[in-house]
Amino acid sequence: MLELLWLIPALPLLGFVVLMLAGSRLSHTEVAFVGCGSVGLSAAVTLIVGLSFMAAPPPGAAFTQTLWVWLDVDGFRPAFAFYLDALSLTMIFVVTFVGFLIHLYSVEYMMEEEGYSRFFAYMNLFVCAMLTLLLADNLMLLLLGWEGVGLCSYLLIGFFYRDEANGAAASKAFIVTRVGDTAMLMALFLLFAELGTLDIQDLLQRAGQQFQPGSGLAVVVALLLLGGAVGKSAQLPLQTWLPDAMAGPTPVSALIHAATMVTAGVYLIARTHALFMLAPQVLTLVAVIGTLTLLMAGFAALVQTDIKRVLAYSTISQIGYMFLALGVGAWSAALFHFMIHAFFKALLFLGAGAVIMCLHHEQDMYRMGGLRRLMPFTFWCFLIGSGALAAIPVVTAGFYSKDLIIWNAYNSDIGGVWLWAGALAGALLTSIYTFRMVFLTFFRDATEWVKKLLPIHQPGPCVHIPLGVLAVLSIAGGFIELPHTMGKLTLFSDFLNTALPEFHGAHASYGTEFLFELMAAAASIGGIYLVWVLVMGPARHMQRIVALPWAPPLERLWLSGWGFDRLYDVAFVQPYLWCARVNKSDFIDAFYRATAFVTEMLHFVVSLTQTGAVRWYATGIAVGAVATVGLVILL
Amino acid sequence: MSVAWILLMPLAGGLAAWIAGRWSDLWPRWISLGTALLHLLLLLATWGVFFAGIETGQGGWLVVYKQPWIPQLGISFHLAVDGLSLLLLLLTSFLTVLAVLTSWRSVTRSVGFFHFNLLLILTALSGVFIAFDLFLFFAFWEISLLPLYFLIGIWGYENRVYATTKFFIITQGSGLLMLLAILGLVVVHWQSTGVMTFDYLELVGTPMSKATAWWLMLGFFIAFAVKLPVVPFHTWLPDAHTQAPTAGSVALAGLVLKIGAYGMLRFVMTIFPQAAADFALAAMILAVVGILYGALLALGQTDLKRMVAYTSISHMGFVLLGIFTWNELALQGAVIIMLSHGFSAAALFMLVGDLQHRTHTREIDRFGGLWAVTPRMGGVGLFFAMASLGLPGLASFVGEFLVLLGAFRVNVPLTVLASVGLVAATIYSLWMMQKVYYGANTGEWKLDDTSGREMAIMASLIGATLWLGLYPQPVLTTSGDALAQMRQFADKARAPASRPPVKEVQGPKAMASIPPDGGRRP
Repeated sequence: MLELLWLIPALPLLGFVVLMLAGSRLSHTEVAFVGCGSVGLSAAVTLIVGLSFMAAPPPGAAFTQTLWVWLDVDGFRPAFAFYLDALSLTMIFVVTFVGFLIHLYSVEYMMEEEGYSRFFAYMNLFVCAMLTLLLADNLMLLLLGWEGVGLCSYLLIGFFYRDEANGAAASKAFIVTRVGDTAMLMALFLLFAELGTLDIQDLLQRAGQQFQPGSGLAVVVALLLLGGAVGKSAQLPLQTWLPDAMAGPTPVSALIHAATMVTAGVYLIARTHALFMLAPQVLTLVAVIGTLTLLMAGFAALVQTDIKRVLAYSTISQIGYMFLALGVGAWSAALFHFMIHAFFKALLFLGAGAVIMCLHHEQDMYRMGGLRRLMPFTFWCFLIGSGALAAIPVVTAGFYSKDLIIWNAYNSDIGGVWLWAGALAGALLTSIYTFRMVFLTFFRDATEWVKKLLPIHQPGPCVHIPLGVLAVLSIAGGFIELPHTMGKLTLFSDFLNTALPEFHGAHASYGTEFLFELMAAAASIGGIYLVWVLVMGPARHMQRIVALPWAPPLERLWLSGWGFDRLYDVAFVQPYLWCARVNKSDFIDAFYRATAFVTEMLHFVVSLTQTGAVRWYATGIAVGAVATVGLVILL
Repeated sequence: MSVAWILLMPLAGGLAAWIAGRWSDLWPRWISLGTALLHLLLLLATWGVFFAGIETGQGGWLVVYKQPWIPQLGISFHLAVDGLSLLLLLLTSFLTVLAVLTSWRSVTRSVGFFHFNLLLILTALSGVFIAFDLFLFFAFWEISLLPLYFLIGIWGYENRVYATTKFFIITQGSGLLMLLAILGLVVVHWQSTGVMTFDYLELVGTPMSKATAWWLMLGFFIAFAVKLPVVPFHTWLPDAHTQAPTAGSVALAGLVLKIGAYGMLRFVMTIFPQAAADFALAAMILAVVGILYGALLALGQTDLKRMVAYTSISHMGFVLLGIFTWNELALQGAVIIMLSHGFSAAALFMLVGDLQHRTHTREIDRFGGLWAVTPRMGGVGLFFAMASLGLPGLASFVGEFLVLLGAFRVNVPLTVLASVGLVAATIYSLWMMQKVYYGANTGEWKLDDTSGREMAIMASLIGATLWLGLYPQPVLTTSGDALAQMRQFADKARAPASRPPVKEVQGPKAMASIPPDGGRRP
């Protein structure tokens, strides 16, 4: 059944083509059927392919399917070929299933919006591009998916095109990620120049033979690939596009943050892990970037007022955890967190979307409140998602995935106490900002604004089903990988270790591990308690903090995401625009215009002599004759 | 099979259209459409024959036609088609069909003469692509100027006389340089071999001193650089484009720029390989400057058509980079860009033309929010904006990727800078989409969406762009042998320089016997 592999990206593509060509003639029901059905079928095929892959693993635990040769020039022979192994299977499983749930949700969410078929067409293309990226057998095809994902994010972020701010956010996402992509492009050129192939498996093998570990070449290649990864995965210093990306409809945010796009960088590093392992310096850099990003985004998330912005920064922060895991060599831990994160982040965005929809597009958390009683189902689902994000111990999946990373950050040969401390601080921040959001939105008394909207129109089944399924996954998903101290179950990492290197920890004792788990648990619970006191407790606690002299400037700094936008605006955007504006009429043309001008002037001067008066001509002839004769005599 | 039909058919069709224009406006349109379509179909059939030839191992030259013209001076009517010529002929013919279609409604004045000019462009450019005699080549080169001069000057927009005069003077001046270089080359050849000839295949490998080669090469280079155009010779292009009628812009961007690239490939690189190699670094720098400078200028424009014109300069920089990189990857990439830019520039200019036809303005600031009223046109615009920024899966990505991949082996810093051009292309493409199609419809435009005819044109261009982007192999195979042969010519011409001068004389004679059967890759 593995031969069905090509259908997985082809079905959403078909959906896109149908919707693009005939979308305007189809009814909403038909559009929903095509848009949702194509991804649903793709998920079903993924299930079939996945089951047959696991039931009878192909030789080498990988399966390659070549559709056609893209081009063949001078030994450069990339093909449209798909490569299925445990890594790509895990990823496409998440993308198709979570993607399908998001599509299902959109059927109801987008019902009232203009451009229903356009929306589903773009969403289908998005899923198709992401699947192509994940299944690509060579880096050129990967780049096709990679850029396709960028294109779709652009189209969907700017979906409500009438508002220019959305267009700006969309362009920003595309351009910023394209900066990273250019670095990645360089990596491709360099790899081809050195190794003579872009087929990923050949490449990794040849790199192992030809590159010296830690050599300059390996470092440059890894750095350039990292450039692409930080762009797509919104890590420092290219994270600025993601907070603005919430300009798109909420299901789009769910898709970008959970299933597609931002995890592409994580995948790229995992896919080319052999190259990164040849450059240990860069791997350390990956871990450091991850840690810095998760802290930076965690602080920024503390002060946001827009519920989607909190979630956006939390994504940046959680991807930071994945980068940290990759950097310390905990490959399967990164992928585990990716999967769990996809579940709960999709859940949170969809839950937030349900709230936003019912509150008539209100996104400010301070204008919400008391929704716990008004939208109980959404509340419980959102609470589960938040619990997973804040990694509430034992009961949520997020605990198992995040705790694994925090522990590995300490336990790994590459890691250390600093990375661990950063990750732990991040865990504290996460639970604070997450439950600040929960308390502000769902607890407290209903605000005047909310009361005006009573009775709240409850979402329908297309919204509730995805929420419910994702809530279950956000709890149950964690139980497939349990730590040593809690029963030791390694289903997930065993499966992934067929494609990725095993994690080698320093093998600290169970006692140490248990102690560290306790600390992580304490960070999670402690953060929730702290925010409970601040938000739900007496107002004086909060007032004391706000009254501190450094609080307002710090809040402004965090609110603006540490001022990166401003920095880039001053350093790059404005100078470039200035150059374009100043040289609008092309200074080089001045030379040509000057030539024409001088010619015309000469013509003018010379034509002055043509007066038509005979005596002037006679004088001229006489003077000329005298001068000529004079010259002849003198010389 | 004689190849003269490639030239005679459009010429005859053009004359017929002109004459028919005396009685009716409709006749010239149908005559030219029929002629161009038939031309295209015959070329496609030829391509089929060509492919069959490759399968049986008979690549290289397809058809040759040689008749003495002015034998006293060694000038002959020498036409030949190889893979590269064939691709460019196909492009020319295809775009001419579209140019006729796009002018169906918008041209109402002197319809007969207009179509005569269009088909004369087809004739002249076809001649340029298949002439293997330098005198003949020059003749076609100059002839191609005239119809464009008329197209812009008669059917152009408000500032057409300035634009067409500028275009004519600059390109004519550069043509003069080429004429001098051709004459110089012939004289040098005559002096060293005693044979007076203008035949390309005999002139290839002409032994000459380094300084002579340098100056002659420069003469050719500048002539082609003006057409391509290379910064700083580009300033005629924005003016000409902005003022040209849509069909003129299609011909200019889609075709005329290509003869510059073609000339570089065919003549500069093979006749003066050593001088070109010495000049390569400078040319590549000019190419990268063009890529970045064109992209920067595009962003600063307020006239939509002018903006698209500057993007052409940026894209042609990649072609120049590919040509002077001179390895198989980069050359194949350059050929793909020539085709892909032909499609995308034609599409963008036609889109602007359609917009101008509806709104009577090209001012970017007056547009905005057009997606709401013309979603189909917006979708097409989006597609070609993406093609223009090099989205993988579309034609220009394949070309740019190959060029950069090849160039990376030759010069890393320049490749890096050229890649920055991709970011710059993203910026101007998205900016254009934002300004024209997205945002609020502040101009309160109420426009008709694309008509069936317009959509058919765009669909054919979209199809071609997708095909080149996803399965370019047939094109690569077609141009492969021709490019390999050029590289062979260059290598052979370079090789005798190290041998004693007496033996150099044999070089060109040996060369002359290569086609039609030889010249394949060993």
